[in-house]
Amino acid sequence: MVIEQAKMQSLASRMVEHEVKGRSPWADARKRFVRNKAAMAGLVILILVALFALFGAHFAAWSNEELDYNVMGQVRELGMPSIASGHYFGTDDLGRDVYARTVQGTGISLMVGIVGAAIAVIVGTLYGATAGYVGGRTDQIMMRTVDILMSIPYMFVLILLLVIFGRSIGMLFLGIGLISWLDMSRIVRGQTLTLKNREYIEAARATGVPSWKIVLRHIVPNLLGVVAVYATLLVPLMILTESFISFLGLGVQEPLTSWGALISEGAGTMNYGTLWQLAFPLFFFCITLFGFFFVGDGLRDALDPKDR
Amino acid sequence: MTKPLLDVKDLRVTFHIRRDGDMPWALPRQLRAVGGVDFALKPGETLGIVGESGSGKSTLARALIGLAPATGRAEWIDGADLIGMTPRQMLKYRADIQMVFQDPLASLNPRMTVGQIIAEPLTTHHPGLKRDEVKTRVKEMMEKVGLLPNQINRYPHEFSGGQCQRIGIARALIVEPKLIICDEPVSALDVSIQAQVINLLIKLQKELGLALIFIAHDLAVVKHISDRVLVMYLGKVMEIASSDDLYANPQHPYTQALLSAVPIPDPVLEAEKSVVPLVGDLPSPMNPPSGCVFRTRCPRAQSACAEQVPALMGEGHQVACHFPGPLTEAEIAAVAAREARPVPA
Ligand SMILES: Nc1ncnc2c1ncn2[C@@H]1O[C@H](COP(=O)(O)OP(=O)(O)OP(=O)(O)O)[C@@H](O)[C@H]1O
Ligand SMILES: [Mg+2]
Repeated sequence: MVIEQAKMQSLASRMVEHEVKGRSPWADARKRFVRNKAAMAGLVILILVALFALFGAHFAAWSNEELDYNVMGQVRELGMPSIASGHYFGTDDLGRDVYARTVQGTGISLMVGIVGAAIAVIVGTLYGATAGYVGGRTDQIMMRTVDILMSIPYMFVLILLLVIFGRSIGMLFLGIGLISWLDMSRIVRGQTLTLKNREYIEAARATGVPSWKIVLRHIVPNLLGVVAVYATLLVPLMILTESFISFLGLGVQEPLTSWGALISEGAGTMNYGTLWQLAFPLFFFCITLFGFFFVGDGLRDALDPKDR
Repeated sequence: MTKPLLDVKDLRVTFHIRRDGDMPWALPRQLRAVGGVDFALKPGETLGIVGESGSGKSTLARALIGLAPATGRAEWIDGADLIGMTPRQMLKYRADIQMVFQDPLASLNPRMTVGQIIAEPLTTHHPGLKRDEVKTRVKEMMEKVGLLPNQINRYPHEFSGGQCQRIGIARALIVEPKLIICDEPVSALDVSIQAQVINLLIKLQKELGLALIFIAHDLAVVKHISDRVLVMYLGKVMEIASSDDLYANPQHPYTQALLSAVPIPDPVLEAEKSVVPLVGDLPSPMNPPSGCVFRTRCPRAQSACAEQVPALMGEGHQVACHFPGPLTEAEIAAVAAREARPVPA
């Protein structure tokens, strides 16, 4: 026993010098995520799409506003994709470069998706966590409010908003942001209810940690797994919503464009044999959605709290 | 006689339960988890609390630290009443009363490092402390509870159950409390680890002059650690006595039943001892029996027991029973027979 203790002491003093770095649950999740091939492929696709949106414009021979008068009127014959003419993805019916337009549309669609999801994450998480943690009557009122907001046919309201206040990117963000957090707040509240009675929350309450700190320090970090998964699935949903609105012709306004608007235009001219106008935006749209779904799936597996 | 550190008088906790199908205007049903508990705790003393599952031990503990809605009085040594304080008033006393929880891993936030976990009470009660001061104190405390201080940046899932409980103890001790409430601190641990943790608690208690309230299922553990033992049943105190007295000379039939269920290491004695069976289940705390709450399962129950609530009587060794005293063989045999009788369909 004495020897044991002496040994422990020397071991302790030797090890005290440098602090061991811990393996955080996040690091574990990252490792699991990296091992997931589909998720990594999805991530690579998303990174490439993002790079395309950010730097694609540098490689364009034409800007997105220039009209190529040479091909105008003969788009079917002259406006097809070609390296020589500088129209890598061809031109649209007005003679604008589809490559430049796709770069621009990708940027805007991604931004709509990410901003929408970010609003959902911030508002939904704080709202849901507060309702769930405070509980009682506050919870009742907050969640009934969400129920009421959810029962409003939001697409209808969004379209009305866009018609009344005019079509603008700001309005679109506002409209999408307003509805996107509702689902998130419900999910977060449910999670919070299960976390709330954990002993570590009780321990924090027992030492007198103020409620807002408990929510921020103990509840939110333990919710982030669920939130992250849901947010990655929310981004494509937001993109789809925006595309749908743009497809209806109510979304972003010329000269701005988005995937939805491009696809809509492309679909309109499909019959004239200018398929490239539809194919390129649609391709980016699809791979991005797949990318997000794969990443979301991978995140869910990686963050699954079941196997800690 | 020294002034008690904590003097609890007629502490009651009633939960108001609403069932799912109830109409919004229907009166909630009352669940009396703790129904009038009295005890006094001297500075530096260890009080063990035993009782079946559902007898209200955890609720009593939670009421004392203001986590359960309580009525009655719980007077702290400076004369303040802990019950019914506003959170702001209570904050001062939260540093004096700390708690150690049952499930070692569940009581630690998985996303925080050990250093952050142990420091939390310290930074809550002394917000002015500098970062490295906090760190030094955390490391000192880790050393004190037998953890390597260089593990400060590790996460709870990298520790064993026993180590996690040491982290929980370090967290409780860092604000230099006067009283620690341990709610079944070792039930979730292996037997060998249990002994280590309990000996650590005893050592720290002696060193720091702490008072302990020690809740447990295991009567042997309670006997080992406690100066006095409180036996609880359905939210009521059945018996309080010094631990030697209680184990040698139990007066309440419930205490005797509990004690007779503890195995004796000697096989001869074990075979000879008479086991007092506890017939039936714990009654519902929503609808407790009239009079003495134990009467429905007591071998000695008489009509008086249904009419009058027995008061906690006696000096030193206190019992709440109309007919205290050791059970006779005949009484034990009678219950055993009652239990053996087939239940009418
Ligand atoms: N928050 C609550 N709301 C409603 N009822 C509760 C609540 N907490 C406890 N109870 C009830 O109070 C009674 C006593 O529970 P308590 O947890 O104090 O028992 P215990 O003696 O600690 O049991 P165990 O040994 O299993 O831990 C039980 O009937 C329980 O269902
Ligand atoms: Mg309990």
